[in-house]
This record gives sequence, structure tokens and C-alpha cells, in this order.
Amino acid sequence: MSKEKFDYFIKGEKGKYEVVIGLEVHAQVLSKSKLFSGSSTKFGADPNNQVSLIDSAFPGMLPVINGECVNQAVRTGLGLNAKINNYSVFDRKNYFYADLPQGYQISQYKNPIVGEGKVLLDMPYGSKEIGIERLHLEQDAGKSIHDMDPSNTYVDLNRSGIALMEIVSKPDLRSPDEVNAYIKKLRSIMRYLGTCDGNMQEGSLRADVNVSVRKEGDKNFGTRCEIKNVNSIKFMQMAIEYEATRQVELIENGKKIDQETRLFDTKKNETRSMRSKEDAHDYRYFPDPDLLPLKIEQKLIDDLKKSLPELPDKKKERFIKEYGLNAYEANVLVSEKEISDYYEEVAKLSDKKLAATWMMGDLFAMLNDRGLDISKSPISAKHFAELVQAIKSGEISGRIAKEVFEIMVESGDNPKKIIESKGMKQQSDPKELEKMINEILSKNKDKVDQYKAGKEKLFGFFVGQVMKLSDGKANPQLTNEILKKLLKG
Amino acid sequence: MTDITNQSLNEIIENVKTKKVSSTELTKAYIKNIESAKKLNVFVTTTFDQALDKAKQFDKKPNFDQLLPGIPLAVKDLFCTENTKTTAGSNILNNFIPSYESTVTKNLWDNGSFLLGKLNCDEFAMGSSNETSHYGNVINPVGDQLVPGGSSGGSSSALAADLTPATIGTDTGGSIRQPASFTGTVGLKPTYGLCSRWGIVAFASSLDQAGPMTKTIKDCAIMLESMSGFDEKDSTSINKKKEQYSKNLKDNIKGLKIGIPKEYRVDNMPKEIDELWEKGKKILKNLGAQLIDISLPHTKYALPTYYIVAPAEASSNLARYDGVRYGYRSKQGKDLIEMYEKTRSEGFGDEVKRRILIGTYVLSSGYYDAYYLKAQKVRQLIKKDFDDSFKKIDAILTPSTPSSAFKIGEKTNDPVSMYLNDIFTVPVNLAGLPALSLPAGVDKQSYPLGLQLIGKALDEQKILNIGYAFEKNCGFKNEIKKWWS
Repeated sequence: MSKEKFDYFIKGEKGKYEVVIGLEVHAQVLSKSKLFSGSSTKFGADPNNQVSLIDSAFPGMLPVINGECVNQAVRTGLGLNAKINNYSVFDRKNYFYADLPQGYQISQYKNPIVGEGKVLLDMPYGSKEIGIERLHLEQDAGKSIHDMDPSNTYVDLNRSGIALMEIVSKPDLRSPDEVNAYIKKLRSIMRYLGTCDGNMQEGSLRADVNVSVRKEGDKNFGTRCEIKNVNSIKFMQMAIEYEATRQVELIENGKKIDQETRLFDTKKNETRSMRSKEDAHDYRYFPDPDLLPLKIEQKLIDDLKKSLPELPDKKKERFIKEYGLNAYEANVLVSEKEISDYYEEVAKLSDKKLAATWMMGDLFAMLNDRGLDISKSPISAKHFAELVQAIKSGEISGRIAKEVFEIMVESGDNPKKIIESKGMKQQSDPKELEKMINEILSKNKDKVDQYKAGKEKLFGFFVGQVMKLSDGKANPQLTNEILKKLLKG
Repeated sequence: MTDITNQSLNEIIENVKTKKVSSTELTKAYIKNIESAKKLNVFVTTTFDQALDKAKQFDKKPNFDQLLPGIPLAVKDLFCTENTKTTAGSNILNNFIPSYESTVTKNLWDNGSFLLGKLNCDEFAMGSSNETSHYGNVINPVGDQLVPGGSSGGSSSALAADLTPATIGTDTGGSIRQPASFTGTVGLKPTYGLCSRWGIVAFASSLDQAGPMTKTIKDCAIMLESMSGFDEKDSTSINKKKEQYSKNLKDNIKGLKIGIPKEYRVDNMPKEIDELWEKGKKILKNLGAQLIDISLPHTKYALPTYYIVAPAEASSNLARYDGVRYGYRSKQGKDLIEMYEKTRSEGFGDEVKRRILIGTYVLSSGYYDAYYLKAQKVRQLIKKDFDDSFKKIDAILTPSTPSSAFKIGEKTNDPVSMYLNDIFTVPVNLAGLPALSLPAGVDKQSYPLGLQLIGKALDEQKILNIGYAFEKNCGFKNEIKKWWS
């Protein structure tokens, strides 16, 4: 397979520009309760129904670390091949906002729980390693609702205090496609680990995007802008395109890029300045005196390491080896743990290669059409495997299989039942077929003569007649063979 | 019987246990005292009806096995009390009624006592004279022109004026020990982490510690035993077995080594303080203790270190008082920022604002390293001084304060001279150690003076024992005339 070449540059009049991207991903930790309180983290509750005295910062309330959130951060760090720090510190990031009850966010500043790591991306031009700078734990803020009342702002503190992992990448990404692959890979790893559900619609995964540009071949980075709080991959890609183009235009016009924080306007598809570096908050970070430094025993790290599930990179290797899949197929089938589980169940009961082809074709198309996750698939893995086997054994043709598939989706029945009750079994008896074909040939003597005179296009006509007569059940391969034989004679 | 309210807590408990007095009679006696002591401005809130109910309940079904059977107690208004207004001496919490009870007060109630009322204090415990309270200054029963010390000034005054049999305060830089010294009472700041901070309005989290204020050492031991204990809701709480301080109280201190730090002899210290210290040394020596000269070389940096660390933490701790969820909110303000500004300008007093400004400044980028980080390093050195000394001694004896109670208004316009009052007490908070202030004598105006005993971490029993022996041999008697009633 010939590899494509990396080719994402912004073209200016004075040359090509490389886009340099770094991401700060905020991933909501999967945990029953919040980072420092016992309140529930369930999504979708009525406003202010999952708020403790700690989350709403009443006088004298104190944070107590939720051990499960620590374990989740360690698991994630291990999944990112990162260094786990045995000693980390929670700091206060001080700023005033109505949905920040304490007047500070508890975060980790100088001593994060997880240090450097890496993530591997499969790009059409080969495998690419993206460096992870750090991962730290922090509290989420509440939500300000400005559009419920013309003169008041409402505050919902259900999110206040929920644990987030901020995963900071190195500036190693070079295109919107790489950002897409990176986010998907991160999401996949965390979903495998069960440390974040990766649900972008519910805000479980969002990112601040740092973008700068430089002339192709330059060694030094340009001045970067940070685009805050983008909550879909598509918007990230659009924001990067817009922002990189904006920066190139500035440079080409001899202007300076200001280091600033920008917002992406999804309606206008543009980024807008939010605040300049001069206006940046002074967060007055200092170690939170209500919390002792977080010390993690090596044994806990080792135990968590032992209990990690097989992660996508490993599973991909295994799928190639064990199931004879190609890299592309393996990559697609390991992208989600649920997909890989489904595939393995199907592959155990049917032809491994054919199963992959049919899953990635008709099954995925159907799920995609209906906006369903594989966990909600109307066809169970067992039924799907039966369908694959029916094709493999020649019981039904691929064309009939598509019909059976549609009926399976609608009825939820198993394929055997459908094939039998609708008499969809393939006609593979050569004698029966020969009888049928002879009948057709004798009814169409004129066409047979034309064919023999050299009008070979008519072969398709005869096939069509066989299919018509057999209600599409004639084994196409056998039909071809017998037709050829009889037409020669 | 004679006036029961001028007895010690221990004596009162004995009287309740032997049924010489009922909890109801006791409670009524205190209510009577409180009602005739309004001039002292000690209480922010009284809970008489509730207290009488509790007293009646106790008398109906008494449990004499408790540490504080049927004892009414007033507490500093920094402790959150369920369904009872808690102001922290501030306008910003003027209307704040907690739905929860602080761990320390809950421990007291679980041991048989109940709430008599909430005691005035400096706003957010920031002050050394109880003059920063939004609810007006408290008057020291020792003299009608005198401050009671601070920040637990309402507590010290109430105790000295027989308005509560014992009380509790909080001590961030001396807020228990200095008022105890100014009123001739006993005050203990326990080891950091011995008493839970949960439910106490925070001033400076790494320094705040609740402690007992009592008339005698025995009372102090009873109260400490009742209020302390591990609390999983406070991450800085120490997980250790509960001790029976009162039962284990001993007055034999023979052979104990008492350190005398030369750095506590400061310039311009009144002669009387020096004489008091000498007197203390002599008493301990006569009791068989061995006096050892020690050096705590970084003592002189303690006060500036404290006045960086404490405001820094306070500036962040007080950010939650923004008018959004509870407490005072200004009716002015066109937008969020203006609402914040007006609420906090109108809600906080001058001293609190001063410390928020200092704290915000020392944490700001560009100043953090020079102030906050430096202060943290010095704090480690101060702690190390103590650690080194405690390798060869059992306790340290110093004066509690550089002077006796001063006059109301005398230092209000000079914050630095006010801060200097804490010079002997702050090093202990920075090091997280326990320290006891004992009444030890009077100055020439007959104002009480205290001595301070500093112990190793978690060595409360030892300093209580030393204090117990000292108390028996000191001959101090607090003679307060009830001029206010």
C-alpha cells in the first residue's frame, strides 16, 4: 500500500505555512461523586439538585479528595504511557465568577498527578507520535445561564466540583486531520479505560486549542493564540482552519500576531478576541492549605497497571495477527471498545475476514443512518454472525443477504428464520438450475442465436431471466457457469 | 447555694453530678448574668429558650457519665451552629443561618452540653482587640476602658465575667492565648489538626485551630477532651486515638526540661513582663523542673512571615463571600462585577479589607516568589528551630504577650502596633504546635498577665500537666469586680 504524503499547509503569497497545534483537553472523570464532595455527577438532573454545601462553598466547608478520581487519573496516565507522579499538589486558581462558588478553582499547577506521556496516531502517511506534556486533576465550575431572564443570570451548580482531567499535549499536531485523529484516540483510550465517557454533546470532553503558524522549514514557533472551550471535533477543525488562515494573512501583511485568548463563534465560523495577554487573569495560584499534598504509593500504581484492560494499540496488533485483518480494518474495529467486543463475538462464530467486511460495510452504514451506537444495534452479534455464516456457506447470496439484513434490522429476527420463512435460500442445485436455464433458453431461441452470432452482451439478459424466474435465489456463480456451458453447446 | 457561676467548670460539673444544682438552675443563673452584662457587648446572639429547653430535657433524663453533663456553653461566633445565626463578626454574614453544625461544637453537644449563645469576635477573627467586629467592640471585665484581646475577645470576656462556665475560641496567630492573657484566664491552642476545622468560618486554613478557654487547667483538659478528635471531613485532621486529658492530669513535673528562648526577650518589653517571666521560671524550678537556655534564631521573622501567610490564605478563603449564594448582597450594582464590588465594600470592614489587599498582593505574579514563597521557606525554618530545640527539652516557657490589656481605641489607627501584640504567639501557629496561656500575675495597674507554655506536636498532656503544677503554686487569683451589673 503506497503511503500518502503529509500535505497540510496554509498557502500564502510568500510561501507555505505550517500550522502548529497543541491541545488542552478537559475530560470529565467517570466517577459516581465529585472530586471533593459526595454529590452525584449524573448528567441531566434538574438545576442545583446535585450540589452539596462544599460545592456551593458555604462557610467552613472543606474539600476531601475522592480516591476514585485519583485512581481514574492514574489509569488514564498509564493509558497515555505517562509518568505517574507519586507526589502531587492541589493549588487554588483564584478568580471571581458567579458560577465559581469558592472564588477559586482547585486545580494542580506546578506538581500535576501525571507527567510526560505519548499517544500514537495512525495517519494515512504513517504512524505519528504526539507528546503529552501533563495531565492534572481539577474541579469543574458551575454553569451561568444568561438567556432565561432579560435582567438576571441564573446559576446551576450541578457541574460545580465535578472532577476533570486536563490533558495537555505538546505542540506536536500539524493539521485538523491530526487533531481529529488525536481527539478520537484520546477518547478511545479513555473509553477503554472507563475513565471518561467521552460524550462531547454532554460536555464530557472539550478542549482549548492553541494555534500558531510558521513558514515551512522554520525551526522556531510563531506566536500562538488560544481558542477557548471548543466542544466538538468539527468546530475544532473549523476554528483551526480559520485561525491559521487569519494568522498567515496577518504575517503576510507585515502585521504582528498578538498572544491572546480567542473564542470560536460557531455561527459565523470565525474566532474573535476574548482577552489579550495584558488583560489575562492573574490567578494567584498557591497550594490549597485545606488539602495535604497527594501522595500515591507505588503499589497502588502497580496494582492499577495490572488491572488495565487491553488498550487499542495492543488490540490492533492482536486483531491483525489473530484475525488476519489488514491495518485499516483493525484500526476501525478497535476504535471503540464496544465495536471491538462486537467484532470479536462475531468473529468467534463466523468467518473473521467476511465478518469484518460486513461489519464495516452494511452494519456501520445502518448504525450511522440511525445515529446509533453499536451497543444499541438492533442486530445482535450472534445474529450477525449467523448472517455472515449463511453468506460464507453459500446458503444465501450477497444480494439476498442485504435483504435479509434489512429484515433483521426491522424485525430483530434471526437470519435462519427469515431465510426459511421467506424462502430466500439460494438455489444451488445444479440440476434444478440447468432445468430452469434450459427452459429460458428454449423460450428465447432468437436471443440465443444472436448471442451465438457474437452479441455477447446478451449474457446479462439471460442471467437476469434466471434471477427473475428464481426470485433472485439462483446461485449467481453456478448460474454463470451453467449458462456458459449451455450456450456453448 | 452561693453563686455557682463563679466556680470552675469542674466544680460545676461536680455540683450537677451530685445534684446540688440542676441544669435548669445553672442555665438560669447564666442567663441572669448575661442579661445584666449587656454593657460588655459580649453576645452577638443568645439562644436562651433553646438552652432552657435543653436544660429541662437534661434534668428529665440526666446522663451523668458525660464529660459535660447539662452544661450550658457560649461559643465564639466563628463556629457554624445549626439553625443559629453565625456572623463571624461580619456584616457580610449578618443574615447567615447555617443548616449545619461545626464538628467541634457538635462534639461538645454530644458530650452533654448545649448552646447558650454566640460570642462576639473580631471580624473573621482578624484582630487583637475585638475592635474590628461589625457588632461593636467588646469590653474587658477587668476594666471598662480595656480591650479583652482578640480575636476571641467575646469568649475571654464572657468567661472572665462568669457569663459561661467555659468556652471555645479559635487561634490563628494568638486569638485564644492573647485574650486569655488579657483577662486572667486559661487558653489553649492545640496542635494543628487536633480539632477539626470543619464548620468553622475559615480565616487562614494552615494556621486556624480551635481550642478551649477556661478558668482552670483542669477545665481546659475537660474541654479539650470534649472538643477534639479525628474528623474525616477535614483533610488536615490528625487520625489518632482520643486522649483522656483530664483523667491523666498530673502535677508532678520533676525532672522536666523547660526551654527558655533568648529571642523572646524583645526590645522595649515592659519590665513587668520580664519580672513575670522570671517568676514563672522560679516556680517551675521550685517544682523540680530544669531550666535550659535555648535559641530559636528565626523568631524575629515570625511576625512578618505570619502577616504574609495569613492574609494570603485569607484573601482566597474570603473570596466566597460574594453575595451570590448567601449572606449580605448589596442592592446596588448594575452588573456582576459591580455587585461584587458593592457587596464586598459594604460587607467587609477595614481590617478585613486591609488583609485581603495584602494577601492578594503577596500572591500576585511577580511578587509571589519574593513574598509568599519566601514566607513559606522561613516558616519551615521557624518550625525547624522548634524541632531542633525539642530534641533536648520538654516544653518552652515564654510570656504570652508583650503587654497587658490596652485601652480601647489605643491602637486602632496603628495596625502595625496592633500586629506586634502577636509577637510571642504567632511562631507557634506557624510551627503547628500546641501552646497554653496561663494566668501568672498582674502588672502595676492590677491587669492580668499570662505566661505561655509551648509543647511538642501532640504533647498537650505534658503542657497541661506543667500548667496544672504551675497553677497550684502560682497563687494567681482573678479578682474582677462586677462593675457592669
